[in-house]
Amino acid sequence: MSFGEWIAEPENIVFLVIAGAMVGASLVVVLSRNVVHAALMLVVALGGSAALFLLLGAEFVAWTVVLVYIGAVVVLFLFGIMITRAPTGRDPADLDHTRRWPAALIALAVFATIATATTMAFEDTEVTGDVVGAEALGDVLFSRYVIPFEVVSFVLLAALIGGIVLARKDPDR
Amino acid sequence: MIVNQFLILAALLFSIGVYGVLVRRNAVLVLLSVELMLTAVNINLVAFGAMIQDTIRSGSVFALFVITVAAAEVGIGLAIVLLIFRNRSSANVDELDLMKW
Repeated sequence: MSFGEWIAEPENIVFLVIAGAMVGASLVVVLSRNVVHAALMLVVALGGSAALFLLLGAEFVAWTVVLVYIGAVVVLFLFGIMITRAPTGRDPADLDHTRRWPAALIALAVFATIATATTMAFEDTEVTGDVVGAEALGDVLFSRYVIPFEVVSFVLLAALIGGIVLARKDPDR
Repeated sequence: MIVNQFLILAALLFSIGVYGVLVRRNAVLVLLSVELMLTAVNINLVAFGAMIQDTIRSGSVFALFVITVAAAEVGIGLAIVLLIFRNRSSANVDELDLMKW
């Protein structure tokens, strides 16, 4: 499939817009010198992923991303930034390592490896955006996947208790 | 839509996350980059789920599991960062050489 045929489908233009926004936002997340901007740009990247999930028809996953990530996780990150008094000013000198080039080289190698390894297998395989609604997902979650579901809820409970125990002030001190 | 466009985007986001994990010194920013990598994995899972269209919806279900575990990871991770900050008054991962031999 040539690029001209590919871009002729209107949903691919939507994809390109979303993908560009996501890549730009995630670059800001890793490059920004302002910690709060990095956390806020994560919202844009995650919102882009939610939009992609909608494009692929996974609507329940999309709204879960909006609720859990944008609603809870990013707020938690902002709390973490404020509590640990990370340098929120304009020019924090020690936010990044000085050795950027080896890291960029490794990231590039990772990209090349993953991209070639995954795209080789599926040359022009089409994906359709058939909707997987909340009802179908709930049916399968509580029948086929009920044990993993319970395990994951146990993991969440353990994380909750662990978070409280870790972050609580030690009364002995 | 072909599946490769999602795979390439996910690989790009993942490698941006790898760069962030390697280059950031603040522990909170390292966790932010880990979230980027998990998002890339979720995009792959949902794209494969839309590609194979199976009756047990494995793509969406596993994306949900990844989201749940990521939420747990952020909670614990930030609690640990908070504890380290309280003990050493710094969230810089370079200074955490307590376990270095």
